[in-house]
Amino acid sequence: MSAILETEMLPGVSSPGVAAPSVSPTSLITLKINGVEKKLPLAPWTTLLDALREHMDLTGTKKGCDHGQCGACTVLVNGKRINSCLTLAVMQEGNEITTIEGLAKGEELHPLQEAFVEHDAFQCGYCTPGQICSAIGLMNEGKAQSRADIRELMSGNLCRCGAYSNIVDAIDQVMNERGKHA
Amino acid sequence: MNPFSYTRAYGLDTAVEEKVDGADFVAGGTNLIDLMKENVTHPQHLIDINHLPLQEIEETESGGIRMGALMRNADTAYHPLVEQRYPLLAQAILAGASPQLRNMATDGGNLMQRTRCYYFYDTATPCNKREPGSGCSAINGFNRIHAILGHSESCIATHPSDMCVALAALDATVHVKSKRGERSIPFLEFHRLPGDTPHLDNTLQADELITAIELPAKGFADHYTYVKIRDRQSYAFALVSVAAALELDGTTITDVRLALGGVAHKPWRDTQAETLLKGKQATRENFQQVAESILANAQGFGHNTFKIELAKRAIVRALLEATQNEHKS
Ligand SMILES: Cc1cc2nc3c(=O)[nH]c(=O)nc-3n(C[C@H](O)[C@H](O)[C@H](O)COP(=O)(O)OP(=O)(O)OC[C@H]3O[C@@H](n4cnc5c(N)ncnc54)[C@H](O)[C@@H]3O)c2cc1C
Ligand code: SF4
Ligand code: FES
Ligand code: FES
Repeated sequence: MSAILETEMLPGVSSPGVAAPSVSPTSLITLKINGVEKKLPLAPWTTLLDALREHMDLTGTKKGCDHGQCGACTVLVNGKRINSCLTLAVMQEGNEITTIEGLAKGEELHPLQEAFVEHDAFQCGYCTPGQICSAIGLMNEGKAQSRADIRELMSGNLCRCGAYSNIVDAIDQVMNERGKHA
Repeated sequence: MNPFSYTRAYGLDTAVEEKVDGADFVAGGTNLIDLMKENVTHPQHLIDINHLPLQEIEETESGGIRMGALMRNADTAYHPLVEQRYPLLAQAILAGASPQLRNMATDGGNLMQRTRCYYFYDTATPCNKREPGSGCSAINGFNRIHAILGHSESCIATHPSDMCVALAALDATVHVKSKRGERSIPFLEFHRLPGDTPHLDNTLQADELITAIELPAKGFADHYTYVKIRDRQSYAFALVSVAAALELDGTTITDVRLALGGVAHKPWRDTQAETLLKGKQATRENFQQVAESILANAQGFGHNTFKIELAKRAIVRALLEATQNEHKS
């Protein structure tokens, strides 16, 4: 399929199927990841997930399904959890993106990371970065009042190893420590 | 994904100006980017509308609310005005997708989401919706998730939204804008039945942008429920869902709204069936009668025939629950 590769489309072009000009499809995109701004030449069709993994060496964020169905790619954008496989990197310019790599302070793990270790909240670990980022989003939202709520509000993160009950234990513990629910 | 160009629109006029053939709006991206990865849709240009000033809920003069099309599904469901006055809408939204997806998905995008029919997604198979005239693979294929009402020989797909079922029950209005001007579409006229043009999901024209969704004052906050039946308890599309809302005077039904999801090409609201209940007692027998009447012309295709009985039971359950439910907040 021929495509228009300029960054601006000419107004009034009625059949964009014609004549793809040989302009470079990439443009310089500025992303702020874990507090650091980076400028990257990226094509507009690069997802945030692929930008992280393939262009920034941030492979902590995992690709499970690439279709919004598993949650392995969960990251935080301005403190809210999203699926990085279903957004384009270019759509996230100007936002604060936090990935699993941005949670520890030096050698000191984030309390949720600690709790996941303590509770054995994983087996293979593939879903874990997404689970932890999702749990931080859940705590930021402040809607979970019970273990049942945690289960429902963590349903966007699948775990093929079935570590669910330990994942809920880990999150429940950190929420209790923070006094977020009774 | 196929290559495409990208621009960001900051004003409504620029957004509609740029919406020429081959260009698509991208909002949350949760449906569009998925379909682009699957090569089901391949726009040549994307207009990012995430920065448009359509991110608020305002109260209207007539006592209702107007929700900007770029409101996120999660922010809508947790908005105090929605929680207090339209809890049916909040409940339906929170029954859909996952917290991550609801943080991304917008209200406008939710209306525009396309069917989850397997063959629509599978570009190796015929599908009239994806490729008009190629045939419908579902009618004689796997059709467990397909329609039992309002379908045609051309297409038996369902509209997958939960939010839209509540919006149909609540008599929403969709506000749209194009270079030609602005207009308002009553919710029941927004989505359409497939007929012999199943490639058209709705009545929005190609050059139009959804700007807002408006709800009238009446929110049925006292007696309502959204029942969603699916293969797993969370993070799955509805097999059948029911939005039920009642206004009661003692045990007499003074007003009622009933809309079904997962059963048709659009949220299914049968206003004639609703009138059967008005002035009647809120009893299981009366609810059963209305359920029979709504499903009277239902037709399944084998794998999905179970939905007919399931829908009847879901209607009765939803109406019983709505009768008992008192709004908590
Ligand atoms: C794994 C998964 C599970 C899901 N489960 C559910 C579920 O259980 N229940 C449910 O209801 N939904 C579910 N969804 C669907 C989800 O709700 C929709 O994908 C979402 O609402 C679409 O909104 P968006 O803003 O992301 O739209 P986009 O993907 O950005 O856009 C979708 C379409 O709408 C058009 N569009 C967007 N905004 C406008 C506008 N303002 N004016 C005109 N056109 C516009 C776009 O051009 C595009 O064609 C699920 C999705 C996934 C991926
Ligand atoms: S049901 Fe509709 S969407 Fe599915 S294959 Fe048939 S025509 Fe396509
Ligand atoms: S990789 Fe994004 S949800 Fe599975
Ligand atoms: S720990 Fe293996 S998928 Fe969750």
